Amino acid sequence: MEIITKIKKYQNRDWLYLKPSGELDMASADQLKKTIIEGLAKSGCRMLWLDFALVSFIDSSGLGVLLGRYRELAPLGGKIIITHANAQVYRLLFASGLHRIMEIDRPASFKYVKEGM
Amino acid sequence: MNDKEKSSLWLSPNNDIYFGKSEKSKKNFVNLSFKSRSENVALARLLVSAILSERDMTLAELDEIKVAVSEAVSNAIIHGYQNDSEGWVEMSVELSEEQMVIIVHDEGIGIENIEEAMKPHFSKGEERMGLGFAFMNSFMDKVEVASIPLSGTTVTLTKKLS
Repeated sequence: MEIITKIKKYQNRDWLYLKPSGELDMASADQLKKTIIEGLAKSGCRMLWLDFALVSFIDSSGLGVLLGRYRELAPLGGKIIITHANAQVYRLLFASGLHRIMEIDRPASFKYVKEGM
Repeated sequence: MNDKEKSSLWLSPNNDIYFGKSEKSKKNFVNLSFKSRSENVALARLLVSAILSERDMTLAELDEIKVAVSEAVSNAIIHGYQNDSEGWVEMSVELSEEQMVIIVHDEGIGIENIEEAMKPHFSKGEERMGLGFAFMNSFMDKVEVASIPLSGTTVTLTKKLS
């Protein structure tokens, strides 16, 4: 999985910005987890911005990485935002309840997404 | 059966017309065995996508089946084989007009308490949120789990197709 990492300014704060590409399942979850943890440690950021424009699929292994990072960042006053999720990813973010603790923008096509499944 | 059908049946050199043909033409069966390696989870998803490619279904329906398969195969590797990549996962797919049945079988450590394992957020010591069975249950019409501790687990996923 290719992951672009940057620091971006948003709302007067420094955000660790990551743009992974491909499918987020158990084969890629560890790499994403490691990249986020290293990026946060190196940059000192507590704000995490995940751009999922190039993520085509997610399952519980991928969602677990997000929840794990939320649990580490929340006590430090950190935040996670997710942008450009496709309909499949968006739907699972809702089905898992992660939309309640993370900021998620609407995908361009979200016809079949219903809250709570 | 009308008389015409009857006569073609009697004239048939073998029993295929009556006993085999209708079943044969409507159902497709595919079996796949693969090592319990994480990269094969994508292969399992690809298989169901490929089998369903000719079917008229929404992208959302296909995504649901892909998630359920992903969870079943991930469970076999992570729980069944405890992330040991030397195990074998067997996947069988049966496709008919009405439904798709996917069987995922492993010969791993098995599940002691299936009821507990199927509850959300039961999984400990990992970050998968215990959502595997929750997703299988919400996205498929029927989920059956059979397991013998230290012998293996078989998950049967059924999805009705319109």
